[in-house]
Amino acid sequence: MRTEHAGENLAALGPRHWARVEGWGMAVSALGYLHQPESIDELRALFALARESATPVTLRGGGRSYGDAAIGEGCLVADVSRMNRILSWDKETGIVETEPGVTIEQLWKRIIPDGWWPSVVSGTMFTTMAGCAAMNIHGKNNYRAGTFGDNVLEFDLLLPNGDIVTCNREQNADLFHGAIGGFGMLGCFTRLKLKAKKVHSGFLRVEAFNTRSIPHMIEEFEERVEDADYLVGWIDCIAGGRGLGRGTVHSANYLPPGEDPNPRESQVLSVQELPNAIMGVPKSLMWWPLSYFTNNLGMRAINTAKYHAGNIIPRGAMHLQAHAAFAFLLDYVPNWKWSYRPTGLIQYQSFIPAETAAGAFEKLLRLSQKAGLPSYLGVFKKHRPDPFLMTHALDGYSLALDFRVTPRNRAALWNLCHRMDDVVLDAGGRFYFAKDATLRPHVVEQYIPADNLRAFIELKHRCDPHGLLQTDLSRRLFGEQFA
Amino acid sequence: MKLKKKCAIIVGASSGIGAAVARRMAREGWTLALVARREEALADVAADIARRTNREAPRIYPHDVTDFDAVPALFDRIVADLGGLELVLYTSGIMPDVGPEEFNFAKDRQMVEVNLLGMMAWLNEAAHLFSRLGGGTIAGISSVAGDRGRRDRPGYNTSKGAQAIFLEALRNRLASRNVRVVTIKPGPVATPLTEGLGNMPFMISANEAARQIVRALGKSHGTVYVPLRWAAIMTVIRHIPSIIFRRMGI
Repeated sequence: MRTEHAGENLAALGPRHWARVEGWGMAVSALGYLHQPESIDELRALFALARESATPVTLRGGGRSYGDAAIGEGCLVADVSRMNRILSWDKETGIVETEPGVTIEQLWKRIIPDGWWPSVVSGTMFTTMAGCAAMNIHGKNNYRAGTFGDNVLEFDLLLPNGDIVTCNREQNADLFHGAIGGFGMLGCFTRLKLKAKKVHSGFLRVEAFNTRSIPHMIEEFEERVEDADYLVGWIDCIAGGRGLGRGTVHSANYLPPGEDPNPRESQVLSVQELPNAIMGVPKSLMWWPLSYFTNNLGMRAINTAKYHAGNIIPRGAMHLQAHAAFAFLLDYVPNWKWSYRPTGLIQYQSFIPAETAAGAFEKLLRLSQKAGLPSYLGVFKKHRPDPFLMTHALDGYSLALDFRVTPRNRAALWNLCHRMDDVVLDAGGRFYFAKDATLRPHVVEQYIPADNLRAFIELKHRCDPHGLLQTDLSRRLFGEQFA
Repeated sequence: MKLKKKCAIIVGASSGIGAAVARRMAREGWTLALVARREEALADVAADIARRTNREAPRIYPHDVTDFDAVPALFDRIVADLGGLELVLYTSGIMPDVGPEEFNFAKDRQMVEVNLLGMMAWLNEAAHLFSRLGGGTIAGISSVAGDRGRRDRPGYNTSKGAQAIFLEALRNRLASRNVRVVTIKPGPVATPLTEGLGNMPFMISANEAARQIVRALGKSHGTVYVPLRWAAIMTVIRHIPSIIFRRMGI
């Protein structure tokens, strides 16, 4: 413990702020000094304290990163979730300005009654604007709407030295393209200006159908790329043999103007809210029965049932679904991660160019099955490149694989991830820090284009010459390069 | 950032069960912070522990548990001094004599303040810290006297029963944060609290109580009767219908 600092510093680093902060997947955690500043001044004071006491700072938003991207052993953890005011909202232009801790939930609830929807959302609504920008998150419409950063118009960034810099595509453009996707390494977002998407109904038209394999799923995606606004695939990662890579595609479209005769009626919150019970069981308790299925046998049963249920729906059948219900699948069962207690889960998401994707993803599935560590949930998405230095997005596909962590499988699981890294690198693929817990420095050096990495490290040295901003992830992957 | 292992706070460590538990835990290698009202008695316990363990004496913190407002700052100071914390045990308790014809609010209030409110002040601090750290053990000494409202001691029964409810609620609240909350319900123990009350059933020594309590602190996730036979006895007593219980004279 640091006890050498007197007075105020001692209090800020004292027991009242000690906290074991977890990655969302619960598989990694770190002991730090948790602070929840409520204003820019408080945040700036925290940075000053960090400089004086030579204690690094870890920036944290909603804490939804699966791995160690928002935790830092021995760090002052600056959790911005209390800086959560929507500063302005223009319902004519769809431009919104927010503080960093505003969640996607706050945002969509504020704008949908006016006929707008956030341009890019994650699978959970509990991520914050700062977190979304820092990780440059994507949604099920990445191939059309780009990443979160593509829809940011401007932001203010508080640098470790206390200065605030305004960045957009013209002004401080290098910092704009570095800080978005910069995983909290350059400064803390204090204001973000975003562009929302006009919608003409509270509903989407959704079509669901099964696919036999990953090549088949890609084929179906390619056919719909021009027309569908959202595309997402679920993959049964346990099925082997002829069933390898089988899954279900959900394709969704905004309703064109005029088709919904009373858009106002469907754009109210009561229509958008997720249901409170699933089959009579209160949602808040669902993680408990689910915990009996988070094993190879139980998940095989669930995946098989889910796949065959998908076969029952006649092909081409469409149904209307509220935006929130379609977008926030992960929030259907609150705290579903608790079914992975006590040791949690990790997610392994890789992004692979379209031409090599099918073969590489099949290899990943086979590797995990052969290791006896099948993924319990596989989610498939399409992406497009963006201009951000450290981005994960590329012209291709991603597969996100959830793996249960246990004390016994931990070493084998990490080893499996490392072997999967080789497959992804061979296929020219990339990774995503919001999901990562297992990458190693040489993998990162290989997948990030050398020019981008060099430019980012230069930015890091310029904005944060003393390496004040750190996370367990940054130490694991960049160590000395950022110091 | 490393927190020191095996650090504990014992509130009410100057005599009785608290002092006996302190001696025992010190012998098992715990680093202790001892809290109680009487500084001299506390210093004696600390010096005794230092002698027996051949280690540095535990730090002592004189404090009146009814000085509720002082608790947060004192708690922080102790935790910072210790450099870590894994366990907090609240043992402070009083049981003034109450005559059969006596209805004395001042005494009742005192018991609620020392036995219950003091415990709430201290264990809330512990709960707050442990929930942030994702681990730790919280324990309080309730009593078999908290299981029924008896004719002899309305105020004492109330304070002890309420302690047990509070500890149960903390346990439920903190279960998802990996924090254990242990309710200890001793039967009669030979301590200053029971001095002069004559021969009580199944009375045990403070050292024996401490042995059983320390064992329970290491593993229990719930309520522990000390000694165990009280679990059976109280199960019966709890189920005696009120209409019979009031005629029984116990």
